[in-house]
Amino acid sequence: MVVDQVSDSELDRLFQALADATRRDIVARVLTGEYSVSGLAAEYAMSFAAVQKHVAVLERASLVTKEKRGREQMVRIHLEGLRRARRLLDDYEEIWQQRVARIDDILAEG
Amino acid sequence: MPVISSEKDVEALRFTIVAEFDASVERVWQIWEDPRQLERWWGPPTWPATFEKHEFEPGGKANYYMTGPEGEKARGWWKFTAIEAPNRLEFDDGFADENWAPVDDMGITHAAVTLENIDGKTRMTTVSGFESAEQLQKMLAMGMEEGMKEAMGQIDAVIAAPAPI
Repeated sequence: MVVDQVSDSELDRLFQALADATRRDIVARVLTGEYSVSGLAAEYAMSFAAVQKHVAVLERASLVTKEKRGREQMVRIHLEGLRRARRLLDDYEEIWQQRVARIDDILAEG
Repeated sequence: MPVISSEKDVEALRFTIVAEFDASVERVWQIWEDPRQLERWWGPPTWPATFEKHEFEPGGKANYYMTGPEGEKARGWWKFTAIEAPNRLEFDDGFADENWAPVDDMGITHAAVTLENIDGKTRMTTVSGFESAEQLQKMLAMGMEEGMKEAMGQIDAVIAAPAPI
């Protein structure tokens, strides 16, 4: 079973946030610059409310930040959150790589 | 690095890693069979594993805990579903509570390990299958891998580019 320093709930939020194709697409879009929620909604064949919900999930996972500007809600990428996501994912992927390296060390002892 | 390949199969909910070691199949088998060797590599240095029970036989159970940097313990159990020394072992792996009772809603991973002699070296193939609803989240983590890689490539481009306005 995988155990890491990060809490399970933190990981779950992150993984759930990025498990959805629309949310990944939103992340990819706001990486190029900020979008209003209505601007994002115009890009997808779904309701404003549905897009707003996706943005809220990303916000909870610290992948984007939302800021009210006039009547618009502006969505920006939260680079630190994304970098953290990468670190967590790398950790997760590396668990077995590290195990293999440790096995190799033990075997080298003869 | 002795790792030859790793693969994430989202549809089959499977993670496979293939490694080759410069040791005999019998020697590599020991790192699974001997709990003192097993606990030297199962957990990372920051979360070392301790196996309190290790019934290395078909139907046998293992109980282990991993100790975190603050001294906290995360407990887990294995159930060996197949053991064919020295070439194959399979086991279920799940979380346990402080009385070693399985925490079912956390999900079970099924691991299948194969050891083959390839020109005097040992090829170890480990396949981890995720089955339950909770394990699905780990599968989703793999599902996001491609999307993440794309996004990561873009981050680097964005960071390198001058800030807009």
